[in-house]
Amino acid sequence: MAIIAETSDRRGSLWSRRPQFLTNSLLIYAALVFWAFISLFPIYWTITTSFKTAVNVTQGHLIPFVDFAPDWKGWRSLGLSPDTILAPSTVRDEFIRRFLNSIVASAGASFLAVLIGSLAAYGLSRFSYKFLWMANKDISFFFLSQLILPPVVLAMPFLVLYKHLMLLDTLIGLILIYTLMVLPIVIWIMRDQFDTIPVELEQAALVDGCSIWGAFLRIVLPIALPGMVAAFILSVILCWNEYFFAALLTSSNAKTLPVMVASQTGSQGINWWSMAAIATAAIMPLVLVGIFLERYIVKGLTAGAVK
Amino acid sequence: MSHTITPAVSPVEGATVQRAAARRGRLLLLAATILLCAVLILQILDASGVTALGLVSWRPLLFAYIVWAVALCASQVMIRGEAGQRAVFVLPAVLFTVAMVVFPTVFGLYIAFTDWNLSAAAGRRFNGLDNLRTLFADRYFWNALLNMVYYVLSVLVQYVIAFGLALLLNAEIKARKFFRVAFLLPLMLSPVAVSWMIGKSLMEYRFGPAATLARHLGWDNPAFFSTPWLARTSIMAMDAWVSIPFMMILLLAGLQALPSEIKEAAKVDGASGWQSFKEITFPLMLPVSMTVIILRIIFQLKLADIVINVTAGGPGGATDTVSSFIFREYRDRSNVGYGTMLAEFYLVIIIIFVALILKGASRWMQREN
Repeated sequence: MAIIAETSDRRGSLWSRRPQFLTNSLLIYAALVFWAFISLFPIYWTITTSFKTAVNVTQGHLIPFVDFAPDWKGWRSLGLSPDTILAPSTVRDEFIRRFLNSIVASAGASFLAVLIGSLAAYGLSRFSYKFLWMANKDISFFFLSQLILPPVVLAMPFLVLYKHLMLLDTLIGLILIYTLMVLPIVIWIMRDQFDTIPVELEQAALVDGCSIWGAFLRIVLPIALPGMVAAFILSVILCWNEYFFAALLTSSNAKTLPVMVASQTGSQGINWWSMAAIATAAIMPLVLVGIFLERYIVKGLTAGAVK
Repeated sequence: MSHTITPAVSPVEGATVQRAAARRGRLLLLAATILLCAVLILQILDASGVTALGLVSWRPLLFAYIVWAVALCASQVMIRGEAGQRAVFVLPAVLFTVAMVVFPTVFGLYIAFTDWNLSAAAGRRFNGLDNLRTLFADRYFWNALLNMVYYVLSVLVQYVIAFGLALLLNAEIKARKFFRVAFLLPLMLSPVAVSWMIGKSLMEYRFGPAATLARHLGWDNPAFFSTPWLARTSIMAMDAWVSIPFMMILLLAGLQALPSEIKEAAKVDGASGWQSFKEITFPLMLPVSMTVIILRIIFQLKLADIVINVTAGGPGGATDTVSSFIFREYRDRSNVGYGTMLAEFYLVIIIIFVALILKGASRWMQREN
């Protein structure tokens, strides 16, 4: 009831300059809907295509149930349709292996990065260091400058290094390099987070006899938890989507989902439905993350950039 | 929760305890360092065939490094007390980054000056500046570098669109949450999946909806990847689709942080929408805009996944980025030495370029203020 009252009230105040207001807001909504269409159509297209058969693809049918009858064909080829879900399927086993690899690699790397990144960020936010000529600002810059490093520069040395350490094609190897990749971003986000927490809280804890680490673990960490979650989610997204290192450093055992998707696209045929099914399965976790955890993603992205 | 008060220790006794701890700390560090060096020497000897310990890999060195790193952290606390406890906050990250970056970069510099092809029978061979000479004569590398200029310039177009979208989202609209999530979604998707979803199916010549739409609009032959400029624009469009949300979110946060009184004042003074944007919103947004554009340029310099998966650099290298070019050099031609030289050369260019941008930006911001 309150909402209706409010809107009618607002309309009343704008009634006097109705024509201009109407065209303006019409334009705004038109633009919004247009861009929402651009953003969502490829996702919609991929999901629906996974339920199409050859005829539906070639004739360009777009709307399920109206244009074409949905079919489980794409999902059957993945072994994930209702009638094949219980039957043994090598494709499905393969897919699930890649999926689990992706989960382990991205979650492991994000966890490690948040762990050591938060510690470093806290140190840089609270204490002043002096290491040779490097003060806090230089150490921060040292970490952030890793962002500039393009993956190609590290790729070949890592290939050789991993070969000698027997880390090639292992999840540990992937986790290590992904940690390196997201560490600067985590430090960036967490330093911003710690800067907003008043120092007085820890000082009180120190007076009460806590050690520095005790104050950090008991007082600061719980407050900084939302920031850590944001950093973790952002890292997971980045690692989940990573393709370059995964393509170079894994071959059979530790292959991740993007590499599998990429290897399937190579075979240009008409079996769009199975490609669409794989693509849908690969993007679905992130679409869900985007819908339900949008708040944290925005928080992570905007940390430190807007003062 | 141990809030026990430490028993009062007499200053002299405390100092002795401290000194004993410091001595133990130094001993620990020394032992760990000796261990690390010993393992290193043994590994080198083993690798060069002087001794035959039968070590399969260099893994022992990795473990020795981890032990040494832990010992270093522990000894810091023992030697320097509270200052050491503080140092332990940053040490893990520093040790990790140094181990993961410094060694590969130095080793990469060495590879860059060798002739090393994995598919050739001959192993690694030092060849001085030959790679550099090949690089300067390599038309395809310079072509890829030129493409990077176009790709970086496309960031400005993305910025304009992203700013527009941020303004739209900042307007008084209903269902803002829905639009924000919808606009953000492309950012979540992996570039590899996007390559297939858009590049290989939506824009597919025969059945793709985008091609069908183009035919309806009167374009007879909608081959999105046929001519160089068309292909490049298509790649840019895909890249924009993925990365506009990133800029948009940052700009939106900037807009929401603007003090509302200023805009109110402008409205009272009778400024039109465009005027208040040009005179007030845009200048106030300059710092955020700068940050956003610089961040995006840094990410854009790594652009590779979409190009590798959609066009593989074609037609005729028109869409190649430096990263995708080097990627193919590694994977298709196994040309490790030369590829690494390209990468290191590119890194130098990037560092100079980014440093110039940062410098220019900070000087410009100072003048503005």
